[in-house]
Amino acid sequence: MIAGLLNFFDMLVATIRDVLPIVVIIFGFQLFVLRRRIPNLPQLLMGFLFVIVGLALFLQGLEQALFPIGKLMAEQLTNPAFLGIDAAGSQTPEWHYYIWVYLFAAAIGFATTIAEPSLIAVAIMANQVSGGAVGIRGLRVAVAIGVSVGIALGTYRIVSGTPLHYYIIAGYLVVILQTMVTPKSIVALAYDSGGVTTSTVTVPLVAALGLGLASNVPGRNPLLDGFGLIAFASLFPIMSVMAYAQLSEWYGRRISRQLSDSREE
Amino acid sequence: MPIIVVIAFFQLAVLHQPIPNLADLLVGTVLVVLGLTLFVYGLKTGLFPIGETMAHGFARKGSVPWLLLFAFALGFGTTVAEPALIAVVDEAARVAAAGSMIENTPTAMAGYADGLRLTVALSVGLAIMVGVMRIIKGWPVHYLIMGGYAGVVIMTGFAPPEIIGIAYDSGGVTTSTITVPLVTALGVGLSSSIHGRNPLTDGFGLIAFASLTPMIFVMGYGMLL
Repeated sequence: MIAGLLNFFDMLVATIRDVLPIVVIIFGFQLFVLRRRIPNLPQLLMGFLFVIVGLALFLQGLEQALFPIGKLMAEQLTNPAFLGIDAAGSQTPEWHYYIWVYLFAAAIGFATTIAEPSLIAVAIMANQVSGGAVGIRGLRVAVAIGVSVGIALGTYRIVSGTPLHYYIIAGYLVVILQTMVTPKSIVALAYDSGGVTTSTVTVPLVAALGLGLASNVPGRNPLLDGFGLIAFASLFPIMSVMAYAQLSEWYGRRISRQLSDSREE
Repeated sequence: MPIIVVIAFFQLAVLHQPIPNLADLLVGTVLVVLGLTLFVYGLKTGLFPIGETMAHGFARKGSVPWLLLFAFALGFGTTVAEPALIAVVDEAARVAAAGSMIENTPTAMAGYADGLRLTVALSVGLAIMVGVMRIIKGWPVHYLIMGGYAGVVIMTGFAPPEIIGIAYDSGGVTTSTITVPLVTALGVGLSSSIHGRNPLTDGFGLIAFASLTPMIFVMGYGMLL
């Protein structure tokens, strides 16, 4: 109990240290450049306090419960004994030995993204700004699907050992093609959702998975092949969010066409 | 909590192992839920309002240089201390030392890591600055993004292979949980107070730049050293 409290205190101090430069910049500019009193100062400070305490509690909970077991599982699933491959690396790895790894990667990518605090923030903002047209849950699920596909493909890349930049460049081409046909209002939001998916929750678990896989698959170098999962996780949500926008636009058009059809009859 | 379901399923059904420390897991879950609730509440009462208030304040003041300086400071200041970034640059220094790009000594590695961290922070500061400029001028977001992609692809052709994976990953880790709401609120606030800008079309996109420029800059850093 006491150890837990001390641990939480450490976490709180670390969070405050992260927030400090932001607070200094904001208040410095507010006081010296804008020279304006901040409206509702007590309420804002309360809000900051809630954010800091909430984030510290959140990280504490993750560290205590989920990170150890998540990392342990990433190691167990990539263990040569579990995979049934020769640890000496004499045989070439077949991609389908790793089917559970892909499934785990997809599931963990989806689950961690749903819980990601910065994605929640962007979804709330997008919902407010679009006047409710962009649903909070819909956006989060769309992004989470993108991340899970991205990470699963990323683990396949580590297993197969193909160069990272082929995938990324192909991904860019798809994104550019989609940009041309997606409703313009969603494009900026879709690009943003690529960057927000990977922070506090996703990075530690995904990095553990990538490094574990790269050190256990024969012929892979953890230093060269262990990276790149995060890049996949930030590229694929862009596609899935644009696809989501296209689908909902298509669906909306179909409904309005049905409505006008029934009116004509 | 879907994470629990995933972990429980794989632990019990696939790996056939009991869940260790069940009590810890439950307490941790309660903390996570409690923390998220507080965070979202604080977001709505603290971070979103301050970001939008400042955006309106800058729009009323009408001074573009100060706004750009603020944008740069926000991007640089929040990135340079980001824990996820510190972890990634340390890893990058180890890779560089193993690939004998730099000397395999602690001082050389620390110097390389610090240089990389500053590079990334600088690139995020520039990204937010360019993004704010875009909102003011009303440039379409996808031209800039495509330009950035072209930059990434070209740099990939020239950068040493050891740095590419790290460079791609560094784009994703720069934007922290507190930076994201602030930067989003800044963009939305700016585009709603400048006449002729639509908050949905123009307000978003800052984060996208902040995850794109580090890739280019880190590959550039790898080429120079």
